[in-house]
Amino acid sequence: MIELRDIAFSYPGSDFRLAVPSFNLSEGERVAVVGPSGTGKTTLLNLIAGIAVPQAGQIMLDGQEMTGLSDGARRTLRADKIGFVFQDFALLDYLSARDNILYPYRITSGAPLNAEARARADHLAEACGLSGKLGRRPGALSQGEQQRVALCRALVRQPKLILADEATGNLDPENKSAILDLLFSRTREAGASLLAVTHDHDLLPRFDRIIDFADYRMDAEGAA
Amino acid sequence: MNTLYLAFAYLRFHWLRSAILVLVAALILSVPLVSQVLLDGARTSLTDRAEATPLVLGNRGSQLDLIMNALYFSDDRAEPVTMAAAEDVWDSAMAIPIPLNTAFETNGARIVGTSLDYFEFRDLSIAEGRQLAVLGEAVLGAATAERLGLSPGDTVVSAPQNLFDLDGVYPLELNIVGVLAPTGTPDDEAVFVDIATTWVISGIGHGHEGVVATDADADEVVANAAIVEFNRIMPENIDSFHFHGDPDTYPVSGILVVPDDERAGTILRGRYLDTANPLQIVVPAEVVGELVDRIFRIKSLLDAVTVIVGAAAFAAVGLAVFLSYRLRAREMQTAFKLGARPGMIIRLLASETVILLACAGMIALAIVMAVQSSGDTIVTWLLAT
Repeated sequence: MIELRDIAFSYPGSDFRLAVPSFNLSEGERVAVVGPSGTGKTTLLNLIAGIAVPQAGQIMLDGQEMTGLSDGARRTLRADKIGFVFQDFALLDYLSARDNILYPYRITSGAPLNAEARARADHLAEACGLSGKLGRRPGALSQGEQQRVALCRALVRQPKLILADEATGNLDPENKSAILDLLFSRTREAGASLLAVTHDHDLLPRFDRIIDFADYRMDAEGAA
Repeated sequence: MNTLYLAFAYLRFHWLRSAILVLVAALILSVPLVSQVLLDGARTSLTDRAEATPLVLGNRGSQLDLIMNALYFSDDRAEPVTMAAAEDVWDSAMAIPIPLNTAFETNGARIVGTSLDYFEFRDLSIAEGRQLAVLGEAVLGAATAERLGLSPGDTVVSAPQNLFDLDGVYPLELNIVGVLAPTGTPDDEAVFVDIATTWVISGIGHGHEGVVATDADADEVVANAAIVEFNRIMPENIDSFHFHGDPDTYPVSGILVVPDDERAGTILRGRYLDTANPLQIVVPAEVVGELVDRIFRIKSLLDAVTVIVGAAAFAAVGLAVFLSYRLRAREMQTAFKLGARPGMIIRLLASETVILLACAGMIALAIVMAVQSSGDTIVTWLLAT
């Protein structure tokens, strides 16, 4: 599903450098990325999503080489194949839960917002326990419910890959487990892969594979 | 369509902020337009009425006050002249004098005492009821009749000039006999009476009971201290009404002079050129022309101020919108991460701005149309106060 080869990345004017000699994520695989803050876990997600472009190396997403693509093509690929779940949910306070779920359709031109899409949104919401709450705005939902809405938004366009950046970081233990259950079950049902950055070591045993990201970090002098 | 949906949703959610922005922008847009509409209306109203009035005779003093009072029944009044001035014009056999006495009010409307010639001169027609016939009757302008909800058969009472002056002018109840057709001029706002009726209001004429003649041939009469004056003129008491003093000394605010021809007008104007003469005769079109010139000189200054204030206000609104966009940086970042093109984000922000400006434009248009539809009334009121 994802293949990274000899990736080197640094931010302009910064000492931060990231090197990933090799990284693979198979279809349907669920991988957790752990490591201290500032080691580049979020940067890895941005590279895979095509938001950041490495100075060297190759990134293959679903058989397509990303690094050579234009900004627009990378954006289209991201919209079509990747779903994001953020730590702070990143829901829009002025939209209802239903409109938040359908938001990717409204801001991208790849797929039309039709009856099928609406039905899929309702199905996802029901599966995530949001029935009866779709008309509410985020301010009227609990944090757990907000993250469920964010999860539905990530899945509504049937992506091949879900990138979760500290998706359970703002939740209480009960909601953490519930959201992770949903994340696993929904991605499995959708046949999608999951790459999740987390600091929560209690959840790690549930992943297929764990990557300690500190291994990929290059220090300021460039030593591995 | 999706962009508009999101823009509407955002503006609806932040309705108070949106409403304030719309109102501010609407005011910025409408103020110069409203002032333009009112000034154009004022110019037309001033010019039309002035050009329709050949000459005005009055006391020497402010020509503008004389014109504004004689044409627009404004509060600014020059010292009154006497009926002798009107008689002089009549005796000249070169013009018709139309006396006006605008000293009194009723229910916020000016009581205009005049002769029947005024109605013919202004081409005023009766829409309801009949024309003035006897003392104590009133014909209402269309706007005043509508505002007060009065019609023939009702009465209005003249306002006392000073509530605390026991020796002052007493109110007179006027019998409404007619309502004029609307004209879109200050006549719509007036209450017309015969000029003699205004002299009754001022106390020069009155009617009372309890007076007896000492003998049939004598001019002297005797009255006791409890004499009752009538405060309404009716068929049963109209015969008791009489005037004291020389009619030539009765006051009038001004006299409209309608010369037989241009030559007569020129001769009449020449008679009042002497600055030692306490009377003056003025050509309203000339006085109003100067006034309009001044107004529009001031307006050009106001336009410059409006442009500066408008630019500053729009800059403030722009800053508010810009800060609002900065507050939404997280939202824009999320949209970008989810695959939105920069053009879509710009389109979303532009849609919100266009919706706000469109709403402001519609409100501004509504304000301008409302002002335009009642422009005559507003202009008449502005000119009369």
